[in-house]
Amino acid sequence: MKILKLDNSDLKTLLTRWNETRDLFSPVEGNGKVGWQRIEPLAFNEPAEGVPRASIKVFFFPQPETLLEYSTRSGDRDAYVPRPAMGKGRERIILGVRPCDARSVMLNSLPFANDPYFKVRKDTTLIVGFTCERPCSTCFCSWTGGSPMGTEGMDIAMTKIEGGYLAAVLSEKGKELLGHLHDTKEASPEERKQLEALRKQAQKGTGPAGSPAEILRKKALMDLYNATFWQKLADSCINCGACTFLCPTCYCFDIQDETVKGKGRRIRYWDSCMFPLFTQHASGHNPRGQKIQRVRNRFMHKLKYFPERFGPLSCVGCGRCIRECPVNIDIREVMRDLLSIQ
Amino acid sequence: MKNTDQKNPYLPYPGRIDAITIETEDQNLKTYRIILEKPEDMASWNHIPGQFAMLSLAGKGEIPIGIASSPTEKGHLLFTVNRAGVVTTALHKMDVGARIGIRGPLGNGFPVDEGLKGKNIVIIAGGFAFTTLRATLIYMLAHRQDYGKITVIYGARTPGMLLYKEELKAWSQRDDMEMFVTIDQDAPGWDGLVGFVPTIAGQVAPSPENSAALICGPPIMIKFTMPPLEKIGWTDDQVYLSLENRMKCGLGVCGHCNVGPVYVCKDGPVFTRAEVQKLPVEF
Repeated sequence: MKILKLDNSDLKTLLTRWNETRDLFSPVEGNGKVGWQRIEPLAFNEPAEGVPRASIKVFFFPQPETLLEYSTRSGDRDAYVPRPAMGKGRERIILGVRPCDARSVMLNSLPFANDPYFKVRKDTTLIVGFTCERPCSTCFCSWTGGSPMGTEGMDIAMTKIEGGYLAAVLSEKGKELLGHLHDTKEASPEERKQLEALRKQAQKGTGPAGSPAEILRKKALMDLYNATFWQKLADSCINCGACTFLCPTCYCFDIQDETVKGKGRRIRYWDSCMFPLFTQHASGHNPRGQKIQRVRNRFMHKLKYFPERFGPLSCVGCGRCIRECPVNIDIREVMRDLLSIQ
Repeated sequence: MKNTDQKNPYLPYPGRIDAITIETEDQNLKTYRIILEKPEDMASWNHIPGQFAMLSLAGKGEIPIGIASSPTEKGHLLFTVNRAGVVTTALHKMDVGARIGIRGPLGNGFPVDEGLKGKNIVIIAGGFAFTTLRATLIYMLAHRQDYGKITVIYGARTPGMLLYKEELKAWSQRDDMEMFVTIDQDAPGWDGLVGFVPTIAGQVAPSPENSAALICGPPIMIKFTMPPLEKIGWTDDQVYLSLENRMKCGLGVCGHCNVGPVYVCKDGPVFTRAEVQKLPVEF
């Protein structure tokens, strides 16, 4: 892997050049909250610390997304025949993506593997990640297979050091982005060692021993499903769904048709397994009519069902759900409870 | 046979309603004969009995409906639709000639060319859950030599609530299958069997040796049909069920239809009872 040493003016130059043909976004702080914003290279210093309130899924799984368009004017020859709505749009670069968010894009691309809309977004979006210097109190990426120094899902991974950045080049597109700097700014052996040391240090995790994904995959499904602690969780959960909307790896959606004056579109938008209507049949029968079933489904999907299907946990340890849950449910406790079931 | 070459899996094939049959006396169940508008779409359509498709009404939405026609019935598709929600109500108001989209075929279907070949088949259906079993029966009758004895047990509340009445008569007269049609309570003019499906199944089900049962119906019917079958030695891996759950994408992504780690739309809707027993009861 090629490592470059960039100073602050190099970054400025790059941003200015990237901005000519692409849209740039980065986490920016305002009113005490960090959010994703379009940035202007000249007025920009560096990405805000910590993870933005909304996850990176807003870029890959927009809310809402038009899937198809159709006409309902009976005079039109193609009335009621939907056609795909797939605008490619300008290429985007998202700067300052933290390792947890970058990894979530990789995880979501497992269920969305055959989804043409997700694919277009992925093909036209480049991720210039920033590794984390200081974890927040709600961070637990190392429990989930990630790392504060993780690079999965990134095209370029920047690590802040004295006097600039070490940039790991992770994809062909990342290499292209760097232009001539790719050949002129190679990091020295000392700087490479410095990065290696930071990576090693980051591996000293604080979470449960071993790989939770692997341990949970081996546990019997119904033993986890029938655990007694779910009732306690369900008692406090109010099924508000905030966790599912903030979560970078919650990807459930609904599809609805919207028609205005004969022009219609079929859209998909975020849905949540926390909501009772999510599973309700037209007959009125509801397979997850009880709150405990819905709370359990969310955690079981992330920690057992998804790993059974794809391997890794459907969680990157960003801690948004812990930070924002109105009743203080902590997924780390749920993981510990599940791991302790024999 | 799955529709993987369709580039955009959300894009339905354009079709038109070719004929509508009112099936039941309450007029809540209608069978729609659909012809895909492009001849090449219709010609390349192929499905496995037990699969379903999304009926797509632009402006109203989509609903997953089991394909009631057999792949051996060429040139059209049949869907029997119960009026229940927004889309089905809109569909029930539509006339012959109206445009409708078809997205599919989706799901796995019954293993008619694998696990079921060479076996004695018992089809047990209740109410309007007979639709994909009709497709299966017609398929099996078209490949009659591939299967052993075929027994069909079908029940509805009243004679007027039975689906496919003309075909039921024709099947009753065939000598290469056994047909038992029953209604819940005796009704004037009815000279057939009277009694619930589980009771009849207990009386007429063949021995489980080299046999498979395909059961579709309300959960309560399935629940009570199992004990009489188990009594004569049937096991859970010989029994195929078709589950249904709320669905949106039909592709195993949107999350609505999961039962534990499986998606009814993608891994199902057909499961053996042995497979279902390992899952949470979330269907």
